[in-house]
Amino acid sequence: MTKFSKPSAGIDQKSQEATNPHSPVVDFGVDKPLHLDSGVSLSPFRIAYQSYGELNADKSNAILICHALTGDQHVANVHPVTGKNGWWETLVGPGKPIDTDRFFVLCSNVLGGCLGSTGPASINPETGKPWALDLSIITIADMVRAQAMLIDHFGIKQLFAVVGGSMGGMQVLEWASSHSDRVFAAVAIATGARHSSQNIAFHEVGRQAVMADPEWKEGRYLEEGTVPRKGLSVARMAAHITYLSETALHRKFGRNLQDRQNVTFGFDADFQIESYLRHQGMSFVDRFDPNSYLYMTRAMDYFDLAAEHQGRLADAFAGSRTRFCIVSFTSDWLFPTSESRTVAHALNAAGASVSFVEIETDRGHDAFLLDEPEMFSAINGFIRSAARARGLLQP
Amino acid sequence: MSVNTTPRVDFDVIASLVNPGARVLDVGCGDGELLELLQNTKNVDGRGVELSQKGVNESVARGLSVIQGDADSDLKYYPDAGFDYVILSQTLQATRNPKNVLTELLRIGEKAIVSFPNFGHWRMRASLLVNGRMPVTEELPYSWYDTPNIHFCTISDFVDMTKEIGAQVETAVALNAFGQRIGFNMPWGFWNLFGQQAVFLLRR
Repeated sequence: MTKFSKPSAGIDQKSQEATNPHSPVVDFGVDKPLHLDSGVSLSPFRIAYQSYGELNADKSNAILICHALTGDQHVANVHPVTGKNGWWETLVGPGKPIDTDRFFVLCSNVLGGCLGSTGPASINPETGKPWALDLSIITIADMVRAQAMLIDHFGIKQLFAVVGGSMGGMQVLEWASSHSDRVFAAVAIATGARHSSQNIAFHEVGRQAVMADPEWKEGRYLEEGTVPRKGLSVARMAAHITYLSETALHRKFGRNLQDRQNVTFGFDADFQIESYLRHQGMSFVDRFDPNSYLYMTRAMDYFDLAAEHQGRLADAFAGSRTRFCIVSFTSDWLFPTSESRTVAHALNAAGASVSFVEIETDRGHDAFLLDEPEMFSAINGFIRSAARARGLLQP
Repeated sequence: MSVNTTPRVDFDVIASLVNPGARVLDVGCGDGELLELLQNTKNVDGRGVELSQKGVNESVARGLSVIQGDADSDLKYYPDAGFDYVILSQTLQATRNPKNVLTELLRIGEKAIVSFPNFGHWRMRASLLVNGRMPVTEELPYSWYDTPNIHFCTISDFVDMTKEIGAQVETAVALNAFGQRIGFNMPWGFWNLFGQQAVFLLRR
C-alpha cells in the first residue's frame, strides 16, 4: 500500500496534485489520441492511477474501481492532500470483499478530474496555461475510453470486475454496455442509467454558484491567482444535502444549536447543520478544482444510456455475457431504487445475469461509502461467485 | 415469496425434473435454497426473482443471480423463451392472478415446473368438515386473516386450469403427508385426496 509523507492540506498542495501528482501516471502521446464524444481529439493526455495487489500471470484478476463525482484514485491509501484514509477502505483491502490479496485492484482519476489525470487544471500544451474551459466537454463514455486505454497499457484484455457507485456506477454501466466483452462482472451501486431532471437541476445550482463567484474569473482563476472559494463551497453545500436523507440529518443534528444556548437573531451559523455544511463546503475547496467540478457534473448530466440505443435500455446490454450486481439504498433520493430497478429490468429483458439488492438504511445516497454490512455481504457473495466462475477461486 | 415454512420435500422432485445445464428461472426463490441445489447438482444457469428483500439479499450473498420482484407484475420484463424451465415452487397460491402467472411462465420458459400445497387433501377436507373452520395445519400454519396464501386450489382445480390455458402436463408427481410419491397409475381423484403436495411439469 502506498504511503505518503504527512501532507499539508491547502490550495498549493491541490494544484500540485493536478499537475504533478503523487500517483503513478501514464502519458498517452500524439500517437494515441482519445476521440471524445464532443468530436474533439484529445492528445496528448495523461491518466493518474493507484493500484493495489498483484496482477496474475494471465492478467485475469484485475478489478477496476470507478470513483464518484468528487472522489479520486486514492481508494485504499492515505490521501495526499487531506491526509485521510482511502475513501473505500471499508470495501477494498486485504481480506475485504474486494480482496487485494487476491485481486489486482486499479483505480484511475477520471478524465476531467483534478488529481493528476488530464482535466481543466492541467496545462494545455498549446498555450502553456491551464486548460480551464478550453478543455472539451468530457462524457462518462470518454472517461471509460480513457480507462480502456489504461487497461490496454497494462496488457489486460478483460477485467474480472468493474465496480463503482454513483458517477462510478454510471461508468460501470457504460463499460458493460460499450466494452461488454472486456467486463466479466459488473457492480453498479446507487446509480442509474441516466441523470434525472432533478439531478441536473441540483448540478446546475452548483455550477451557477461557482460561476457567479467573481473570483472564478471566467474560469481563469489559476492564472489570476484567485480561488472561487465561496462559489465552490456553496455548490458543495447544496450537493451534500442531496447525499443524505432527512431522517439521517435530523438524527445527527436535529435543531441543535452550535456552541450556543440561544439563537443570535443574526445570520451566523446558529444551527449545527449550518456549521456542518459550511465546514463541508470549505474543506471541499481545499481538495477540489472548481472547473473540474463543472466538468464532472456536466458529464453526469449528459449520461443517458437508453438514449444511445433509441430509447431502449435493454438494447444497451443486448447479448451481454457480463454478470451484474445492482445495489440501491432505501433512503437514497438522488438515485432512488426505481432507477436501479429500471436497470435490472432492462438487464432481464436482455437476458443478462443480474443480482439486484436494495439495502435498508436511512443514510441516503452516501450509504455506498459507509459501513453497510448487508451491502458488503451482497458484494462479497457476488464477487466470490463470479471469481469461482472465472476460475480465480476454487469451487 | 415462497411461504411454506416446513422442510421442502418438493425440492428433490423438482430437481429430478430439470435437465443438467439448463437455463432456469426460479420465481419466488426465497433464500435461494432450491437454486443453489440446482446449481450444485444440475449445474444449471440459474436466476431468481423474490418478493422479500431479505430473501433476495440472502440469495445474492450466496452468490446467486437474484432480483427483487413480484410474480404478478414483473414477469413481463422477461423475454419470450429465455429459459428452459421456469419454476414456481409453493408460490402459485400466493399470487393475485394465478392463471396469468401460469401463462407468463410458459411464455418465458419452454417448460414450467409448478409445485403447490393441495387443498383437496383429506385432512383439509376433514378439518373443514369437522371443525367448520378454515384449516390451519403444520404445513400451512396461517389463519385465514393473515395468510399470504390467497388462492388455494386442489390438484383437480389445477388440472382444469392447465387445460384452460392450453398447457400440456408432461409429468405430475403427488407427495403424501410423508413426502413419498403416490403411485403414478392412481386416478386424479385419488391424488386429490391423498396428495398433500403436487409438482407439475408443464409445456406449451
